[in-house]
Amino acid sequence: MGEFFQHIINGVSLGSVYALIAIGYSMVYGILQLINFAHGEVVMLGAVFGFYAAPIIGGRPVHPSLALFFSVLLVAMALCGLVGFTIERLAYRPLRKAPRLNCLITAIGVSLFLQYFTQLDFVFGAIPQSYPEMISQATVLDLGGLHISNLQVIVLALSFSLMAGLQWIVYRTKLGKGMRAVSESTDIAALLGVPVNRVVSFTFVLGSVLAAAAGTLVATSYPKVDALMGALLGLKAFVAAVLGGIGNLPGAVLGGLMMGLAEEFTVGYLSSSFRDAIAFAILIVVLLFRPSGLLGRTVVEKV
Amino acid sequence: MKTTFSLKNITLILTGLAMSLTFTSCKKRGEGETQVVRIGEYGSMTGSEATFGISTHHAIQMVIDEVNAAGGVKGKKLELISVDDSGKPEEAVTAVTKLITQDKVDVLLGEVASSRSLAAAPIAQRYQIPMISPSSTNPKVTEIGDYIFRVCFTDPFQGKVVAKFAHDDLKAKTAALLIDKKSDYSVGLADFFKQTFTELGGQVITEENYIAGDIDFKGQLTSIKTKNPDIVVVPGYYTEVGLIVKQAKDLGLKAIFMGGDGWDSPKLVEIGGAAMDGTYFANHYSAEDKDPKVQDFVKKYRDRYHETPDGLAVMGYDAALVLVDALKRSVDFSHKAIRDAIASTRSFPAVTGMITIDDHRNASKPAVMLKIESAKLHFVKRVEP
Repeated sequence: MGEFFQHIINGVSLGSVYALIAIGYSMVYGILQLINFAHGEVVMLGAVFGFYAAPIIGGRPVHPSLALFFSVLLVAMALCGLVGFTIERLAYRPLRKAPRLNCLITAIGVSLFLQYFTQLDFVFGAIPQSYPEMISQATVLDLGGLHISNLQVIVLALSFSLMAGLQWIVYRTKLGKGMRAVSESTDIAALLGVPVNRVVSFTFVLGSVLAAAAGTLVATSYPKVDALMGALLGLKAFVAAVLGGIGNLPGAVLGGLMMGLAEEFTVGYLSSSFRDAIAFAILIVVLLFRPSGLLGRTVVEKV
Repeated sequence: MKTTFSLKNITLILTGLAMSLTFTSCKKRGEGETQVVRIGEYGSMTGSEATFGISTHHAIQMVIDEVNAAGGVKGKKLELISVDDSGKPEEAVTAVTKLITQDKVDVLLGEVASSRSLAAAPIAQRYQIPMISPSSTNPKVTEIGDYIFRVCFTDPFQGKVVAKFAHDDLKAKTAALLIDKKSDYSVGLADFFKQTFTELGGQVITEENYIAGDIDFKGQLTSIKTKNPDIVVVPGYYTEVGLIVKQAKDLGLKAIFMGGDGWDSPKLVEIGGAAMDGTYFANHYSAEDKDPKVQDFVKKYRDRYHETPDGLAVMGYDAALVLVDALKRSVDFSHKAIRDAIASTRSFPAVTGMITIDDHRNASKPAVMLKIESAKLHFVKRVEP
């Protein structure tokens, strides 16, 4: 029984990271109908920024402390927000009125650019680096085979509070209202005086800030940073977003958690060889029966 | 109209042929007059096993520079051409093809990882270019052909060393295996460990898999934890091993972790952190070895690169030394002669011990067991073959 609950804890903490990334895909899609393939790279940049920020803030060698972790997290979030803003401003805004395919190709281009730009020697390099340890490992709970570490608690608490914060922004603030308006119809929102450009920029910043948090959490739990780490994470989170119904925020969270749990249970009870196969098979099956994803149709209001 | 076109085409083709012929003959003539021996090196200078390629390259470069400073071999300078394969077997194939067909190398050094050596060696064999792998331990590597050599021990021996150590010294009765199933090295080493460990009366109670590049291993580790083994053997490479051992600690897995020479990298403890303390692995050498040859090498390497050489560095150094020795003894610089000279290496005093290349083109070498304590590698014991 302990094993079963352990798998659930592991799956949920992995899934909550997928969910954080999936939200970014879903938000941008909800507003621009654009699949921002560069989103996974923003996650990677979140880890890279943290890698450089930690020794600057905490000195060398890095001494683990919660204060340091949160300052590094904030720095990564701020820088990634800036990156998200820049990507939208330079790459996507000029194409706002262009056919959707053009935007998609541009998104793939931005993604590849970030991957290979980061691999340049004077940027980060093609060699994976180890992420500084900012939280020293400790056990929070050890009960009949169930073992929860402080890291898992932090990952869960942080991702769920960020998701709650996002929910608040989208439903309780003026900008959130603007986001919901733009997602229904850009033109009508503009006619009614919603500053569309500002709302779109804000959406990208918000998504990128969450991606930075995800990047920091991934790098803290799996302390390896490399320029290509965003690719697979991004792909899985994208699948999670589609699974939950792209454009739908609770759907992205649900999809992320499902992906995490599916992977964990596949590895735990079947075989690790099927890890990705099962996750993608679930996607296919769900899309066969619900083409717009699990929560895609039931919720009208999209962001 | 049609005829003129085809005539034109034919003329073009003929001119092209004639030109290429002239070029090839030029190159052939140039080759005969060349005053250098070209050594091709391929390795993972980037990617998740980057430190393997970089350490090996550093050490090989040291040998080349030393030999060239002393006037080269029989009046010929050595020229090292290094190509990065980013740790991918398919790129290793491209790298070796390029080294042989474009750079016209006379001999090849590489790779560290068995999967890459296995991918590239058939090409070296086909073109009859001698290849020395510094540290590919999978037995299949040198079975590819009579031009493929290695200067390290093989996995049957390494597996036996780890299993015996687990059984005799750690008193382990039960073991779990966590295998990178896409890596020839990992699968092979796991098999040989299992053989000896079962022969000694131990029991492998569970086997789990992963794929290099994975970052989350909690699923496998949770399953292993419920079986409660005495030891967990992870015959993988350092990046994943670091992540695995760290996550095992997160899950409260108390078993002792063990592995092979794939663990050897300064990045291992950087990634794994304090969780690596108390783990053991088999390796080619220990920097703590009092042997003057070892200490001399460690000092030279530290002076030049400001870090302690790992096992891959020392194997790269030895591979290059064996090669230089063979070039000195070789009757001429034809590939066949170089091959024969490498094959006839007997009791050559290398840094990691005496190297004798046997009939299967392998070297029989001692192994050492190392223990990690407060992020440092400590010598535990030496096992003779």
